Amino acid sequence: MLEIHKLNKAYGSHKALTDLDLVVPDGGIFGLLGPNGAGKTTLIRIINQIIEQDSGEVLMDGQPLSGESIRKIGYLPEERGLYKKMGVWDQLIYFSRIKGLTSLEAKQRVQQWLEKFEISSWKNKKIEDLSKGMAQKIQFIATVIHEPRLLILDEPFSGFDPVNAAVLKNEILELKKAGTTILLSTHRMESVELLCDQVAMIHKSKKIMDGSIREIKSRFRPLEIRVSLDQINQELPPTWQVESREDGRVELLLPLNGQSPNELLQELMAFGQVISFQERFPSMEEIFIQQVNASTHA
Amino acid sequence: MHKVLLVIQREYLARVKKKSFLIATLLTPLIFPAIMAVFVWIAVEEKENQSLRVIEVVDETGLFFMESSEQYAFSSSGKSLEEAKALVTKEERYGVLYLPKMELSAPQGIQFYGLENPSTALIGYLEGALKRKIEDQRLYAKGIDPNVLKEIRTEVKVQSLTLGEAGEEKITDATVNYALGFLSGILIYLFIFIYGNQIMQGVIEEKSTRIVEILVSSLRPFQLMMGKIVGIGAVGLTQFLIWVFLVSTLSTVVMGVLGMQMPQQQAMEMANPELMGASPQPSELGDILQVINGIDFVSLVLAFVFYFLGGYLLYGALFAAVGAAVDAPSDAQQFMFPITIPLLVGYMGLFVFVLQDPSSNISFWLSIIPLTSPIAMMGRISYGVPFWELGLSMGLLVLGFFGTTWLAAKIYRIGILMHGTKPSYKVLWKWLRSSN
Repeated sequence: MLEIHKLNKAYGSHKALTDLDLVVPDGGIFGLLGPNGAGKTTLIRIINQIIEQDSGEVLMDGQPLSGESIRKIGYLPEERGLYKKMGVWDQLIYFSRIKGLTSLEAKQRVQQWLEKFEISSWKNKKIEDLSKGMAQKIQFIATVIHEPRLLILDEPFSGFDPVNAAVLKNEILELKKAGTTILLSTHRMESVELLCDQVAMIHKSKKIMDGSIREIKSRFRPLEIRVSLDQINQELPPTWQVESREDGRVELLLPLNGQSPNELLQELMAFGQVISFQERFPSMEEIFIQQVNASTHA
Repeated sequence: MHKVLLVIQREYLARVKKKSFLIATLLTPLIFPAIMAVFVWIAVEEKENQSLRVIEVVDETGLFFMESSEQYAFSSSGKSLEEAKALVTKEERYGVLYLPKMELSAPQGIQFYGLENPSTALIGYLEGALKRKIEDQRLYAKGIDPNVLKEIRTEVKVQSLTLGEAGEEKITDATVNYALGFLSGILIYLFIFIYGNQIMQGVIEEKSTRIVEILVSSLRPFQLMMGKIVGIGAVGLTQFLIWVFLVSTLSTVVMGVLGMQMPQQQAMEMANPELMGASPQPSELGDILQVINGIDFVSLVLAFVFYFLGGYLLYGALFAAVGAAVDAPSDAQQFMFPITIPLLVGYMGLFVFVLQDPSSNISFWLSIIPLTSPIAMMGRISYGVPFWELGLSMGLLVLGFFGTTWLAAKIYRIGILMHGTKPSYKVLWKWLRSSN
């Protein structure tokens, strides 16, 4: 879908992006992770052709970005808003037309979406008369009305209440099923861990890691095993980290110090009954922090 | 290109559909005639209801006989000043005019006593009447017969006419020209401020809601800015044209009604200008009507539309730039100075210089410099402006518009994407100089 080569952008002396390479494959959800100020929004703005890069290139379907690409992209900015004094219908028609739909197409699709969300009765309401959740639905429709092949969501869940966040999540998954590529940018990494197929991490204008979530996690596999032991028949070694102890049952978090899991299991069996034995994956956030530390110490 | 049209269309419809637009457009042309009607009505009522005010004259010279008017009656019953004052306190007389013995060549000591402060109209009336009396007395003392004097007194009125290039004559009237220049200058000033502010508010709304980020991916920032300015300008133009239509319809109706109430002779004069030329003393109303007829309204309206649009576009771009630079309307104040000051200079200049002397040097410069010309030139145009000056002024206005738009676009482009920082003039300068 997207190929980004050696992208650079600076605002005065501040570097926003440094030699960024990125490949967003067709289909699936791609997470763009990084703390605030890492350069995510700059990257998104370049993809949206809101600003121009200093150097490097962005290819969409193998072609450099052009006016045509805009029709293929839907963009939901981090902070949202619509024209407050404008009616729902007029507003949606306007955004569809700006994205290049004909007047007829625009009317048909707006009608379809309003029916889909069962909000046809809002047609003539002004945005200022809608609740926040309602307005966010309208905004979502405005983002996807032209059936973009690439959907860019900047912090999509911020400001949503749990109910509407669930609605949004469902819509995102539905669009993914329909073949839309989704680029999801966020600094709250735990929120997307389960949603994303692939991620790239950006820190201080540079990409520090990318790949599929499974691949990244397996790269950081040598971590810990979470163990539950019951009917303990002897004193545990003092170096073992006990997480909780209840009715003779003990929860442990044990590092694999060069052992294989089987060796550890055997060692454990001597102390009592092994109820559960599960490897603990690091969270994306832990991996991120570890990577940041590694890159700053390097 | 068609996307710019979409923006223009949205900006236009969003405003024209508003109730407030409809109300302002329909009511404003009614407000001025309504206010005038109220004044006329009050004045008429006052005149009808006014009771005759009796003023006791205490004349120690024995020379003055004051003629009573519609409002004031003068009684000379030979009372002393003290007796007359007593009448005033008993409210039997409105006031006392005291004329002591005096040297007519240097009249002194004339006094008016009253319970309340007399109006300037009354004092003016008394002064005028006494002056005439004293002059008559002195002429009589020099041996001139009062009857001869009466015969000699003549009413004079100067009718001013301008000569066209082909020698055609046109009756003009400084008052009418003043009123036209005054009205059109103020209208342009108000239009620029009201619609410029709308541009600024619109830009701030789009910026703070991030709508601009969605739009700017589809259009160039410059297109978006111009779309907004043109759309809102079209709203202003629509409003103005509706006003012209309403006012001309209204005045036709009013004239018609007035025409019916006018004495026959006047009505005839109005209906037939040839007759009027023949009549030695045209009526005042007819005169003004002829002056108004003599004004080239088509070119006046065309000039108005040009300066309105030119001034609006020139300042509109600046308003857009200010809107783009700030996050909220409350922050906009600090950047308004460069806009407000030249507008105010044009506005003040219109009153202080241009309308007083339309062909003075300073009036010339005010009407040539693009920042003040839209307002100042309207003050001159009904007096007649040489073609080369008009051409220069218009040409410079167009150039000025390109200049401010170029500057504004640079600020706008960067400003609309900047959030959270309060820019200073220094930062704006940096934006202006950055090339991408």
